[in-house]
Amino acid sequence: MLQGAVTSRVVRGVGALTVAVGLLVTNVSGLGARPAAGLAAAQPPQTRDQRLYPALQREPGDPEVIARGQAVYGISCRACHGLDLRGGDLGGPNLLRSQLVLKDDGGDLMGPVIRDGQSGAGGSSMPPQNLSDADLDAVVEYIHDILGTASRQGGPPPGEEIELDILVGDATAGQTYFADRCASCHSPTGDLQGIGARVESPKELQDTWVRGGARNAERPPTTVTVTQPSGEPVSGTLERLNDFLVVLTEDDGRHRSFTRRGDTPRVEVDDPMAAHREMLPLYGDADIHNVTAYLVTLQ
Amino acid sequence: MTAAIATHRPKPPRCVTAMAAALLLAPIASSAQPGGLDPASLVAPLEDSWPTYSGDYSGRRYSKLAQVTTDNVQQLTLAWTRTLDSGMPALEGNNAPDFIGGEGTGDFTIGSQRIKGSILQVGDLLYVTAPDHVWALDVRDGGERWHYFWKTRGGPHIGNRGVAVWRDSVIFETVDNYLVSLDATTGEERWHTEIASFEEQYFSTMAPIVVGDHLLVGTGNDLDAPGFLQSFDPATGELQWKFYTVPMTEQDAGIETWPSLDAAMHGGGQVWVPGSYDPETNYYIFGTGNPTPGYTGVARRGDNLFTCTLIAVDVDTGEMAWYFQTSPHDTHDWDSAQTPILIDGVIDGVPRKLVSTAARNGYFFTIDRVTGEHLVTTRYGATSNWASHIRESGSPNPHPAKEAIIPGSLVSPVEGGVANWQPPAFSPDTGLFYTQENNGFNMLYLTDPDPRGSMGLGGKDRVTVGSGGNALSAIDYRTGETTWRHAWPVGGGGGAGVLTTAGGLVFTGDGSGNFVAFDAADGDLLWNTRIGNISNAPQTYLIDGRQHVLVAAGQQLFAFVMY
Repeated sequence: MLQGAVTSRVVRGVGALTVAVGLLVTNVSGLGARPAAGLAAAQPPQTRDQRLYPALQREPGDPEVIARGQAVYGISCRACHGLDLRGGDLGGPNLLRSQLVLKDDGGDLMGPVIRDGQSGAGGSSMPPQNLSDADLDAVVEYIHDILGTASRQGGPPPGEEIELDILVGDATAGQTYFADRCASCHSPTGDLQGIGARVESPKELQDTWVRGGARNAERPPTTVTVTQPSGEPVSGTLERLNDFLVVLTEDDGRHRSFTRRGDTPRVEVDDPMAAHREMLPLYGDADIHNVTAYLVTLQ
Repeated sequence: MTAAIATHRPKPPRCVTAMAAALLLAPIASSAQPGGLDPASLVAPLEDSWPTYSGDYSGRRYSKLAQVTTDNVQQLTLAWTRTLDSGMPALEGNNAPDFIGGEGTGDFTIGSQRIKGSILQVGDLLYVTAPDHVWALDVRDGGERWHYFWKTRGGPHIGNRGVAVWRDSVIFETVDNYLVSLDATTGEERWHTEIASFEEQYFSTMAPIVVGDHLLVGTGNDLDAPGFLQSFDPATGELQWKFYTVPMTEQDAGIETWPSLDAAMHGGGQVWVPGSYDPETNYYIFGTGNPTPGYTGVARRGDNLFTCTLIAVDVDTGEMAWYFQTSPHDTHDWDSAQTPILIDGVIDGVPRKLVSTAARNGYFFTIDRVTGEHLVTTRYGATSNWASHIRESGSPNPHPAKEAIIPGSLVSPVEGGVANWQPPAFSPDTGLFYTQENNGFNMLYLTDPDPRGSMGLGGKDRVTVGSGGNALSAIDYRTGETTWRHAWPVGGGGGAGVLTTAGGLVFTGDGSGNFVAFDAADGDLLWNTRIGNISNAPQTYLIDGRQHVLVAAGQQLFAFVMY
């Protein structure tokens, strides 16, 4: 069923791909302002020679030449290598990961192949392309320009976020599962009232409930009781715990820490998130999808 | 598979029996030999010094030193500590490195790097690396003898696993794919040579391994490029042979496990981490990385040999002797590149020459290291949930529902795996294989449903949703069953390698800021010191007749001693 879900959305994905390529076309006209692709948005803009990835270090080409190259690519190359350069129906390889393209310097490797053609891997072959020198140079420039948008660890150039529907579950089955496994701590009319409306997207809702809260959400504190062999139990909010130390804050704000040696002192931790952790190995993916489908109905 | 084996000079003569005989001798003192470290001495079991990545060739990280024991480890004392600045140095002035090399501009802003490799100890010097840096430090106080800095062309600066020492040369790999040879005494550069294409986005982190007159060199890549192991002449840097880990022609072995030659040639299988070497068979045994594209297997249906595979190659020829695939058709970026361990053991009453490995995918394997015959597969990652069953061959079979899918699948372990590059250890005294065991969970979504697959590590979104708890696990190599397991308190575990000794100890980090020692036999926690999270694997050696234990926490080294 899950695989069926993937297949049914393939067509949609290809449609979205066209949108992504459209974005690249937009980039061509706005070259100077293009952000450093793949680098974290929080980083200050870097000059090209400050970028760690080879394709990103290249100086941008002449926008007019690139635009010409894009047009030439559309006419002579696209049918085989695909609109987005990642390979096409007629068997042309993905140019964005081609070793020859990556190593090309100003057409020294691509030029002869475009001009003369070549026999490719697996018996495929590329016919010679009858291009003027200017058009050949332009298409090489265009390909390098697209390579310069690749993301840092070998991903494709970033396109527009593709909207995918993750809701494949059965809300009724999800409600049953919820009643069995979740309702001892959570209530659709209590803490989860309107959760489907409060969380931005079904995907975020799913990640949030499986994790047991939003990524940076304030969680109920973990409390701990430490009992020395001779002495009163000391309880408070757990600050740190490892095999050698337990640190807590008592209700009055007092800081306490205790050395641990094996089972001494006795340390009892009450972690409200423990139930979520313990559920992780027990969920089936269908359970997760069903519960998500149910929770989005809590508007 | 023998694609593109280049032999540029007559193969140096090699005598297996002579090297095997050296095993029987008392450990060879490697300090201050004329002409530097004799490569033949590397076949000796680990004892006084630490002259190669794993200490010795076996990968066991088991030291015969026994001054520090289960009884006295509480008296282990700090001998010295030293912080190394692994960021971009001033290239001029008093604090400038002694020697500066490199083909780059030297003006990248690269932050400080943690020490994530082995530190070689030869004679009175320690050789320490971070990406673009090599230091020689005095073994008695950590004082700097020399510092070499490499001006990089770029590439992901994620770590460096250390140097090789060959005679009087120190040889290391740079992120931007050079092999650089330095004078071990002065730090002056002898030569450098390019080992992979920067433009194709290869980048290099591995510690080279000396075997006789061969220098075994791996490199990495995350962009759909073929993996390879190369052998260079350690004297000159000349290429001796190159072994591709994926088919590069229609005739190559494994081609039937790929939908096309184009897919195979972009199929990954990088050689990230040092392997182990068996002098008796002359096999170098190492693991390969994940197939690419990493998360979208749709365009590479099949088992994708020889990615995520344990491989034995003959060191003189670069020809593959046998292989065992630890993760057919991986779709989770779970390299199987971790260092395997050679074990001379007994199974069902029969003495066997074995190799064991605890893979990033959560499965433990024991293989006959002479023939490649599979003997043991068990799941050691407590929550690993991606395999449907174990195949007759012993390989775990991937469940398609646990790939990245549009509605999300809950997958354990997380991308970093149950284990990673951090070296495990094996004690012949206990018969136990010690490894960290990390049991995180991700929700894994397919974000690029393009039927051509994505590229590199793209096409997915992964969201960490929790942990099933981490542990240090001691596994019986004969059965794969866990003999003892120390569960770290919530939040602990992770990034430290392991050392074990004849003193009956296991040293590692707890992921909560402590360097710790266990009783190797039963997992009793005996000692800790709070020096910060350990970033490499602890090591041990003898100085002035005293056993030392050396470990890195971030940019800081700590040497402990038993008086």
